[in-house]
Amino acid sequence: MDNKPTENFLSKYKNMLKEKGLFGTLRDVTVNSQVWKSIFRHTFADTPKNRMLKIVSNVFMHLHPAKVKRHAPQLKFTWCMGGISFFLFLVLTFTGVLLMFYYRPTVHDAYWDIKDLEYQVPFGAILRNLHRWSAHLMVITVWFHMFRVFATGSYKPPREFNWCVGVVLLVLTLLLSFTGYLLTWDQLGFWAVTVGTNMARSTPLLGHEGPFGEQLGMTAHNDIRFALLGGSLVGGNALLRAYVWHCIGLPLIISIFMMVHFWRVRKDGGISGPL
Amino acid sequence: MIRIFPEISLFFAIILLSYENFYSIGDMLEATKNLETPLNRRRFLYFTGWGCIGIFLMTLFGGVMRFFFPRTIVEPPTRYKIGYPSQYTLGVSERFKKQFRIWIVREADRLYVIEAKCTHLGCTPNWLAAEGKFKCPCHGSGFTPDGINIEGPAPRPMERFKVMLETDGQIIVDAGVRFRGERGEWDKPGAFLKV
Repeated sequence: MDNKPTENFLSKYKNMLKEKGLFGTLRDVTVNSQVWKSIFRHTFADTPKNRMLKIVSNVFMHLHPAKVKRHAPQLKFTWCMGGISFFLFLVLTFTGVLLMFYYRPTVHDAYWDIKDLEYQVPFGAILRNLHRWSAHLMVITVWFHMFRVFATGSYKPPREFNWCVGVVLLVLTLLLSFTGYLLTWDQLGFWAVTVGTNMARSTPLLGHEGPFGEQLGMTAHNDIRFALLGGSLVGGNALLRAYVWHCIGLPLIISIFMMVHFWRVRKDGGISGPL
Repeated sequence: MIRIFPEISLFFAIILLSYENFYSIGDMLEATKNLETPLNRRRFLYFTGWGCIGIFLMTLFGGVMRFFFPRTIVEPPTRYKIGYPSQYTLGVSERFKKQFRIWIVREADRLYVIEAKCTHLGCTPNWLAAEGKFKCPCHGSGFTPDGINIEGPAPRPMERFKVMLETDGQIIVDAGVRFRGERGEWDKPGAFLKV
């Protein structure tokens, strides 16, 4: 009507406030802003198309199928073991990153830093215990996941490739558990890793006490065990190596394999059920 | 409330298990569209469920923030003893310069502690006894024995720390409390000891 843009601008929001209230106005302004629209490129009306777009237009969700058969996520088929394993991995990542703020992987500090986390740091005890129990639980749920995949025959073609990816994920889970064991630097972890890495002596070809190891020139100072420990016994180097593998190396590798795993689930016909 | 309690639990389970809802911020906003419509059971449970999750996440956030502020820290103490007033004769003492980065200055009627930190860019000045002044090696700022800037780029006098007497008669320095001359704080109680 009139030629005063500021007045129009203001009256627009005044009317909006009158019509929709403060909360409704804030919502409408947010949802219609360019920032919001640049991130979420579809509306949220409950239509089949939008349900698909929600998954397909999200870089994280698009590893998953846009549609799931009604029977597929049934608890009696899946036991939710894969999902719970992934959830625990997220919990472990979250708590683990926080624990890293107070933990130093040195012979002098490691044990006492964990004591500090237990008794001094606010919420340190619950974080440490969340990490510890989630780790135990993840090993269990990964095994159960494998068992149910076997029991439902989900390893059969065309899912056989994903079964193999899953076996790698199992091994990586166990390695994460094992490397985390040493980090407390107490008697339990120390001797567990001592015994565990002693087994590496007997690795065929690569261990100095294993088959053909001696013939290949393996000694206690150049074999696979030496590479794992950064020395010939469990000491400061072993602690640092366990730490780096535990916090950076293995999580990176397992994340990549998990992406392949989830993507492959979609490609091979969903999380459960006949093809 | 008691009647619908099982439904609330069920609602939690459904929310937590269905990742479709877990990712849909837009759905939540959509649900607020008709706030003025009467509250039926479905909507009540919707807001109860998301409200609880919201409270949980906010509590988690608060806990994580608190986590970054440890109850104990291993740092040099900011309060320390520097001996008895009778140990200091008139003039500037460099006794604790290396250890605590301070000078102890005794005048006829008072004793105070100067932080050995140039107010220009934070270097440690030297005490030139022969010339009777502090001189910063970095850019040549000079200070009188009581810490007032007289030459060079230093914009203001050096700061002083709080001094107190312990019951055993020793001087305690509290480096957590500072007194700045350009603000007229040097005559405040705590800025010096009467001797």
